[in-house]
Amino acid sequence: MNTIRLNTACDADFINQVEKESEQDMSLCYQCGNCTAGCPYTTFYDLPVNQVMRLVQVGQREQVLSCKSLWLCASCESCTTRCPNDIDVARIMDVLRHMSRRAGHATERRVKIFWDAFLSSVERHGRVHEMGLMATYMTKTGRMFTDIDLGMHLIPNGKLSLKPHTMIGKKEVSEIFKRFNEERSS
Amino acid sequence: MSSSLSYAYYPGCSGQGTSIEYEQSSQAVCKALGITLQEIPDWSCCGSTPAHTVDHTLSAALSARNLGQAEGMIVNGVITPCPSCLTNLKTASHRMKDETFRAKTNALLEKPVNNTLPIMSVLQVIYEQVGPEKLKEKVVRPLTGMKLAPYYGCIMNRPPDVMDFDDCENPIAMDRLMEALGIEITPFPLKVECCGASYGVARKDIVMHLSGKLLDAAEDCGAEAMVTACPLCQMNLDLRQGQINSANKTNHAMPIFYYTQLIGMALGLDEADLGMKKLCVDPGKAFRKMEARKAEALEESVVRRSGN
Repeated sequence: MNTIRLNTACDADFINQVEKESEQDMSLCYQCGNCTAGCPYTTFYDLPVNQVMRLVQVGQREQVLSCKSLWLCASCESCTTRCPNDIDVARIMDVLRHMSRRAGHATERRVKIFWDAFLSSVERHGRVHEMGLMATYMTKTGRMFTDIDLGMHLIPNGKLSLKPHTMIGKKEVSEIFKRFNEERSS
Repeated sequence: MSSSLSYAYYPGCSGQGTSIEYEQSSQAVCKALGITLQEIPDWSCCGSTPAHTVDHTLSAALSARNLGQAEGMIVNGVITPCPSCLTNLKTASHRMKDETFRAKTNALLEKPVNNTLPIMSVLQVIYEQVGPEKLKEKVVRPLTGMKLAPYYGCIMNRPPDVMDFDDCENPIAMDRLMEALGIEITPFPLKVECCGASYGVARKDIVMHLSGKLLDAAEDCGAEAMVTACPLCQMNLDLRQGQINSANKTNHAMPIFYYTQLIGMALGLDEADLGMKKLCVDPGKAFRKMEARKAEALEESVVRRSGN
């Protein structure tokens, strides 16, 4: 069991930042546990979602931002739908994931690689190219046989295109990423 | 049906690939039901889950570009078959009602978006604008004798204040539409439970566990097939069913249909236009059981009549 000294280890800036970015009031959570009770992913989490909520309330930046749970939340919206105090818990998890990413954490490395590969495919082609996404994922993780069995059904059935899907305005899409990255680095 | 059912159509990326049968059957069914789909010109990816895990403005901008492309079209709204696209388009539109957020999002876009069009799923339009009763009148090949578990997936109806359609814990739109085709809907307590979403690649164990649970539950409820409205749910349950069986030591051979494929079958549309052959688990089993049950019922009624 971890002991936290609240008088010395509570990061109030962290609480404020989470509240600001998620537009949610953290103090509304009274730890009923409904979010965790309905969370399909809790079996795979290192911290159940209600504990993530509690640790944010007591300003535990490092412990929260470095947990695996943030990278395993699928935004299925079960917690948000069932919170008796109408807290958008899934949005808080998403915002924590943004902060975790910005702080340089990637506690579920392969998940991050998959998401990044997806976005770089969109940035390049405007629409996601599933085959290209898988190729990038396999190269970056070194897991060259990922889902190779599924390809046997997909390719002959015309469900996995070897070439990216074309669109005219793909530059408009890559410009969205460019402006976003510029704004972030400024 | 009036020609007023005209919508800006957002197919979504998976419709071009892994869920091509959903795309084909959605198009075919809408046409047969008098719903006009005008594809959004040069639409782009909504950013799906990966974008909103990075930043909410980036995610909104990727979605909003498409809402911008649809502005100026003479339509009743934007519709899409895919719940993941739907949730992104709707969340972007919902958040852009806030002026500061809209300005931040528009700053990432080439042309600013006014955000005035309503956004719905194809399912919502079929359910609300056509409805089970009118659909029933159009059925030429009833699917009586088929027993299905209806699986909606996690985000078609949640969170309720954004999705604003059907019940968030016990949705019934697909149940009613399937019943209109003559199908028997089994009770299914996991209607809105998550299938493991896009973790199939990076954390396959999660999908094996969650989708495995859905297949087990459907079978326990007496379902002989499942019906879905989501490309990712369908892919996890159908394409990954073999992986699930090996991982969990089960023997499921559960056909997983898109609801549009079954509507199309009942409307008498050509199987090829519904992409039936593109499903991974052989759907023939569900139809054979249906025919057997139909024959049985017919025999029973003949016996009963001759007995009287």
